[in-house]
Formats: sequence, structure tokens, C-alpha cells
Amino acid sequence: MYNSGKIIAGLVVFFFLATLPFLLNFGKANAKIEPSIDTPEINAMPKKHCVEPKAFMRSEHMQLLNNWRDQVVRNGNRIYVGSDGNEYTISLQNTCMKCHSNKKKFCDKCHNYMAVKPYCWGCHIAPKEKEA
Amino acid sequence: MAKLPKPEELLQLNYNPPPSEDWMDRPVELKQGNFCWGAKGKNLAVVEFPNARDWTPVEADWKLPKDWEGTVLEAMADRLSKYRSFKVFMDICVRCGACADKCHFFIGGGDPKNMPVLRAELMRSVYRKYFTNSGKYLGRLAGARELNLNVLKEWWYYFYQCTECRRCSVFCPYGIDTAEITMMAREFTNLLGLNTDWISGPVANCYMKGNHLGLEPHAIMNSIEGMIDDIETITGIRINPSFNRKGAEILFVTPSGDLFADPGTFTAMGYMMLFHELGLDYTWSTYASEGGNFGFFTSNEMAKRLNAKIYAEAKRLGVKYIIGGECGHMWRVLNQYMDTWNGPADFMEVPKSPITGTVFDNAASTKMIHVTEFTADLIKNGKLKLDPSRNDDLVITYHDSCNTARGMGLLDEPRYIIHNVCNKFHEMPDNTIRERTFCCGSGTGLNASENMDIRMRGGYPRANAVKHVRDKHGVNMLANICAIDRATLSASMDYWVPGVRVTGVHELVANALLMTGEKERETNLRGEPLPGKGGNE
Amino acid sequence: MKTVLPFFAVVILVLFPLFGVTVAHQTEIFFGVIVPYAAMAIFVVGFLYRVAKWGKSPVPFCIPTTCGQQKSLPWIKQDKLENPSTTMQVVGRMLLEVLVFRSLFRNMKTEMKEGKAVYGSEKLLWLAGLAFHWSFLFIFVRHYRFFVQDLPSVIQMMEGVDSFFQIGAPLFYMTDAVILGAVTFLLIRRVYLPQIRYISLAADFFPLFLILAIAISGILMRYFFKVHIVAVKQLALGLVSLNPIIPEGIGAIFYVHLFLICVLLMYFPFSKLMHMGGVFLSPTRNMANNSRIVRYINPWNYPVHVHTYEEYENDFRDKMKKAGLPVEKE
Repeated sequence: MYNSGKIIAGLVVFFFLATLPFLLNFGKANAKIEPSIDTPEINAMPKKHCVEPKAFMRSEHMQLLNNWRDQVVRNGNRIYVGSDGNEYTISLQNTCMKCHSNKKKFCDKCHNYMAVKPYCWGCHIAPKEKEA
Repeated sequence: MAKLPKPEELLQLNYNPPPSEDWMDRPVELKQGNFCWGAKGKNLAVVEFPNARDWTPVEADWKLPKDWEGTVLEAMADRLSKYRSFKVFMDICVRCGACADKCHFFIGGGDPKNMPVLRAELMRSVYRKYFTNSGKYLGRLAGARELNLNVLKEWWYYFYQCTECRRCSVFCPYGIDTAEITMMAREFTNLLGLNTDWISGPVANCYMKGNHLGLEPHAIMNSIEGMIDDIETITGIRINPSFNRKGAEILFVTPSGDLFADPGTFTAMGYMMLFHELGLDYTWSTYASEGGNFGFFTSNEMAKRLNAKIYAEAKRLGVKYIIGGECGHMWRVLNQYMDTWNGPADFMEVPKSPITGTVFDNAASTKMIHVTEFTADLIKNGKLKLDPSRNDDLVITYHDSCNTARGMGLLDEPRYIIHNVCNKFHEMPDNTIRERTFCCGSGTGLNASENMDIRMRGGYPRANAVKHVRDKHGVNMLANICAIDRATLSASMDYWVPGVRVTGVHELVANALLMTGEKERETNLRGEPLPGKGGNE
Repeated sequence: MKTVLPFFAVVILVLFPLFGVTVAHQTEIFFGVIVPYAAMAIFVVGFLYRVAKWGKSPVPFCIPTTCGQQKSLPWIKQDKLENPSTTMQVVGRMLLEVLVFRSLFRNMKTEMKEGKAVYGSEKLLWLAGLAFHWSFLFIFVRHYRFFVQDLPSVIQMMEGVDSFFQIGAPLFYMTDAVILGAVTFLLIRRVYLPQIRYISLAADFFPLFLILAIAISGILMRYFFKVHIVAVKQLALGLVSLNPIIPEGIGAIFYVHLFLICVLLMYFPFSKLMHMGGVFLSPTRNMANNSRIVRYINPWNYPVHVHTYEEYENDFRDKMKKAGLPVEKE
């Protein structure tokens, strides 16, 4: 016998699962994601710069923050020398978030988009949102 | 015939194929003792098979019909459209190798083409060439090759070295069953007149005379008369079975091997003694005098043609249901094929034991039950008076037949019986019984005498396990429920494990059975002194 | 040959997009849009076609491989999962087969020791197979974070489990290590075990090399040569919302990863990888052993020429009468 019913049901399930991403996004717009650096602190900088170049920060910030944590917590070292030769205090709250005082529009923007949940805020307290 | 080497010599094996060899480059070599004689033209002609002529496998010229390649490929296309199993099994093997060392022929022989996966690749390579695009265009790179005379000889040699035991299928993650592929290969070779004498002879016999051995009606009766005389000598009771009797309640069908040679005849005596003691209203048939089906080792159509006689005879005689005797492949056919081919058996009733009143719902459609199901039910209901101590000279182990184990699942019924009719029983190791049981090495029509080398190799894994329990527990009797086993395991025990003999389960039953009005028995069914009765105690 | 050729085929498949997007970034539209769409179409249509083709052939006989006690007398315990007699029991058997590779779990190794065959436990193939398939599934599902705007919490939980040990940043996924280990094991056994090497075809090595390359490129991309991940998601969402875009500056290694996956998708329906669909259609596993209880129908069953009782009696009437057998015609 053929069991056509069961085979067709199985193929419908397969088709549904294989095309699920298309079904879930049917008719949805593809939002453009750009983290905002529009904060009073950044705007006040004569030359806008981070501890490292933008491209590096974009892809490696998680690793940098991870290293910073280890430096402080394990080695007691609070000084970071950037590739530009400048010294920076190693501190999420007093260095990073001092300029990027807009967590929601900066950090969360991409993290939410990528469904990433960094565990920074499990210990650290997010600063008050500021906007220019 | 080449003389069989000593067991230790036969076991000089290497399971590792040559590392740099490609199996497609290994030429086929028909080794003496590993194949059966070719079919005789007259036997093929009886069943109207094509290319009926005498032929000899070792000769270069196989006297093949014109355009035999076309015939095979056309048949292949046809079977692919008829059998999902064949089609799926051609496509989905990932060659994980789980089956490789599960085949009894590989374990006892070491020939890499007896690894089930490679046996199937013999066929798949041709399938890929003619039925898939990758094979068509990439050829050998895609594992494809052309069908030619060498390939055909390789097919014939190796697909008549597979006993369709399905052990590989148990271990395959997709259940790929080499038996399905072997069956197809045998369909194709039969279209070219390439059967073996040992299969085509019984097929022709069974078609014309009703049984594989070619026993004509009076010969069947003579054979049974002889057994009745023996039973009278042993028990003092004269049994009077009936033949071709209309209006009997039950038709009894068993493999004809049980009517012909020891130790099968003792099993047949066992059935008759049991049925007599119960006063069962049953009849033998000389027309449907074969439970087994060598057509099954030939082609689907031939199997159906032979099997048709059972229902036809049941209908003619007007019986209520059928009991089938102890046989292996017979029960694969009865369980998985008979009703589909030749049913519906709506002219009969659902089997009901006249002794216990048990209704056998598990045979509600086929109306045919296995004799061990019938007997186990009798014992469970306390309907038999048994003296197991009469079997006390026997230390028994039980061999599951491939087909009843993996094509049916009849595992505990015979064990229950054995436990009730014998006191000394030991199982073989777990890896070698039940669904993992080993073939006797001579199924699917391989039980000839000219292929002893391959038979003994194939029988080795079973014998090896028997040897284990013989050495450990002193086992001296190998029980089974298969007529081919009774014939072939005797030979394999003599070769590998001398001192162990072979018996059917119902021989053990009859030995233990206390029959009404029997005299004090001095001997068992084999005429040997019962324990405590002989001079050797 | 059967090992080397697939290896170099995969090397070429890696180099092709690598050079393509490095030399001329205009080719990104080819690797990022055209090939993925083609691959998905070929995969879905090809898969449906192959299964439908199998489905067109009937199952003429009820041929389950029974691996346990049948249903018979009420007091004999049936092995319902190994020898099912109802549809629900078959579903149970199939679930065991598909989810935990029941049959492969039986595997053992035959060896000749001290002049006799012995059967040792051999669970590594089962373990590696299970590890490979499950980690592949886990990784596949994890990738949904590139294909939906709001990730379902189930998948977030799976990620959490997968990165449970919170090693490094980005967090290390255990499945990445498992799939690498498992595929490597499967590859090594194919090369080093003489029996497996003997039965292997080029078509057995190619998917292993391909999947290994996919896993390695993915791991490199996540942990070592990071790409513009937000842009990757924009590309992915663009594809699945049918508004394809090519964001700038993603990084060549992403296109390597994507292209290899596309090759896998396109190769899938034409290869042994179809065992994914085929396992469900295997008659020795997906049928109930109930052919004595319910008549199984073969759609192409046809009448055959049999030797009837009448013909038999004609052949043997005299002998039958002489032996005292009843006959239909005197």
C-alpha cells in the first residue's frame, strides 16, 4: 500500500519547517540598525574617539570587556593602554558608560536585534539614560 | 567436490580487506564449495521459467538469452516501481558499516563482499549507473558501474550466498534489509534461467507433486506409516491419522523434510502423538504437503504459486483453520505474505483451540497458527500430562530460526514449551539468540552438498555459540523449530561441535508426553533408552 | 582517490567565495542572494521530489523486521516497541529509532580471539552518530536568531544551555566542540578502519569534509575572525523577508560559510543525506507486525498460474485410489 496520507502529511510538515523563516518574516520590513552615539558626553568631545577604533570595537568589544574584567578582578590592574598610546581607566561604568550614557539606544540596540543577552548587567547597574 | 578443510584451517580468517584495493577491481572468482550446481532445464520448464536449459556455473558460457542486460534493467525498473523497500534501500544507505560484521558468512568466511553493505552495493552500483543522474554522469566516482557478464556472475555468486536471514537489518539504523535486495537479485537471475539445481528441483517438485521432496501421495502415506509403526513400538499405541479428509476441523501443514529424514521425522512423530492424545480432528493433505516454500528463494510470483495450495486445499476440504508445523522460512511466508497473496481466508474461522477454548486473535485474518502457539496454550492450561524427566539425558539449548525470530517474533512460545518438557536447559549468549540469532548457514536453498565450504563457514557463528554452552554447561542437544535447521545444523554440529545433536521442539514434547493407555516406555522416539532404563546408567 | 578528491573539492568550494568577494565585492550579490535562493529552492523541491518518488512505489508486503516477542497468547509478554502490532506502538518504535538511534545502539564488534569469534561492545559509532546529529540540530536551531526579529524564549533557553559554562566572549558553545569532535571521529574511522575504508565511496567522504568545513568556518567566524554580525542578520532577514540586501563590510569568511551551507543544501536531495527522509519510509521499521490479524493489501497483486488440485488428482488418481485416499472424481 502507499500510505499517501501519511507521506503527504510528513511532507507538509517538512515544507512548513523548511520554509519557517520565510513564513515568520512574511511582509515584515527589514529594520536598519545603527547604535546611537548621540549623547551629551560624546557630543562634547573635540575629536570623537573610543578606546579603540570603531571597526575593532564593533567586532571585538565583548572580548575587550572580558579582558578588562579579568585585569581588574584577577590582576588588580586598572590601566588600559589603547592602540593609540593613550591610557584609559578600566571601568565599564566610569569609562564606557560615561560616554555611552545611552544604554538603551547604544548597547541594547544591537544586542536586542541579535537576541544577545550579555551578563554585564547581572552585576553592574545600568546608568541613567541620557540623550542629547 | 573439494574436500572440506579441518575446522581450524577454515577459521584462518582476516576480517580486514586489503587497504589499497577497490572492491570494484576485485574480480569475481567462483570458488569450489561456495556455490551450488546450476538449475536443470527440465525443472525450469516445469514452472514455465525463461531460458530453461542445463548450464554449468564454472563454464565461461552461461548460455544467456539475447539482450539479457536489457531484460535485467527492465526488470529492475519494474521492481523499483513495485517495491518501496527496494527503491528506498537503493538510495539511503550511508555505509556506516554497522552491518559489516553481522553476517554469518562474513564472520565465518571473511570475504569482504559478504559484508551486507557490500553485497547490497553490488546491486546499488548498477542501480546508480542506470537510474541516477550522478551515477550516469560521474560513473565510478559516484560508485556506479556498468552491468556486464562479470557483474552478473558476481551477483549470482554472492546473492546465492545470502540466506535472507535479516540479521543485518536488525543492526541497520534505517532497517535496510539485505534480504529485500537478495530477493530482487534472485528475481533478475531467474529471468535469465540462472537458478541453482538445489532450489529449482524442489520448486518443480513442489509445484507438480505438492512438496519439495517430490513425495507422491502414496509415498507420503508410506513414510507416515513407518512413523506410526515406530510410535506403536515405543508407546504401544496405534495412531491412525487421516489424509485429504473433507470436514476435518483442522488442516495440518508442515515442511516435507519432516516426513523424510532424521531428525525431522522424530518431530513429525511428535506432532502425531500430541494430536492423537488430544483427539484432535485434523487431517494431512498430500496436495498441500509442503509448509516450506522454495519458490520464496526464486521469485515473488513463484512463491505465491506454491503457497496458493494451502488456502486452496483448506477451502476444498472445508476445514475451520490451519495449524502449521515447525519451519523457519515457512513462517516468514505465512506471517508476512500468504494472506496478501492468496487471501482473504474468509471461508475459515478464527482459530480456536478445541481443547482449551482459547481463541487465537493474533491469527484472526490468516486463520493459521503455529504449532508452538497451540502447544504452549495447552501446557499453560494444564491440558497435557508431562514427565520432563524422560528428557533428563538431554542438556538442551535453543536456536531461534532467522525467520521466526526476525520475520515474526515467535520467541517465547517455544521456550515456554521447552521449559515444561525438559529439566536441563541453557540459553546461548545474548548476542546470538532471539532477534540477534545466527542463521544455520544454509537457508534460502543453500542446503546442498556441493557448497559445504560456504555452508560450514556460514554455520560457524551458530556453532561457535553452541560450543560455548557445550563447554560451559555440557549441552548435548540443540532444539529448534525449523526443518532446514534440523537437516543443516546436524551437519554443522558434526563439523564444528561434535557430540551435539539436533532436535525439533515437538520431539521433546512427545518424549515427555504421558499418553493415555501407553505402555511403560523404554526408549525415546529415537529408540534410545530413556534415562534410568538403559544399560548405561 | 575517493578520499583525496572530495577533500580538494571542498577546498575549491572554500576558495571560490573567498577569492570572489575579496577580489570583487560585486560578487557578494551572487554569494549572498542568488546562490542562497537557488540552494533553498533546490533543497525544498528536491527533497519533496525524492520522497514523493519513493512514495510512488507501493509497499506490497508487510515486512517489519521484528526485534522482540510477537503479540500472541495473552500471557506471553509482547515487546511492543521492538515488535509493534498497532500504529501507536509503531510510532513509539520510530521515535526511538529517529531520536536515539535504537538500532545502531545494538552495534557490536566481531573479532577472532583465541581461535573463535567474540562479540564485543561497540557503542562509539552510536555515540558519535548521536552526538553529530543532535549537535547539528542544536546548531541549526540556534541559527534562528539570524532569521527572526524576536527570538522565541525556547531558543534562547537552548542557547543558554549550550553556553552554560560561560567560557570566553562571545560565549563558547559546547555543540561547536561536539560537532567537530564527532565529525572528525566519523572521518577518521572511515579512513583507518579497514572494513569501513573498503566500503566507503567518494560520496561518503564529501559530505563529511563539507560539514567539517562548515563547522570550522562558523567557529572561526564566531571566535576568531569576527564579522559584522548585525550586517549578517540584516542580510539573513533580507533573504527570508524576500527583500534581499547586501549590507557592507560583512567579511569574506561569512560568504565562505554561507556558500558551503548552500552547497550542502543543493547536494542534499541528490545524495545519501536523504536518509533523513528515508528513515521514515523504511518498511522494515515503520510497519506493524499485524499481518496475521489484518489482511495486508498489495495493490499490484495479480492472479498467477497454479497447479490446481484437479490437475494434481488427474496426475495421481490411480496412485491415490490404490493408497486408499479419497478422490473427487472416480
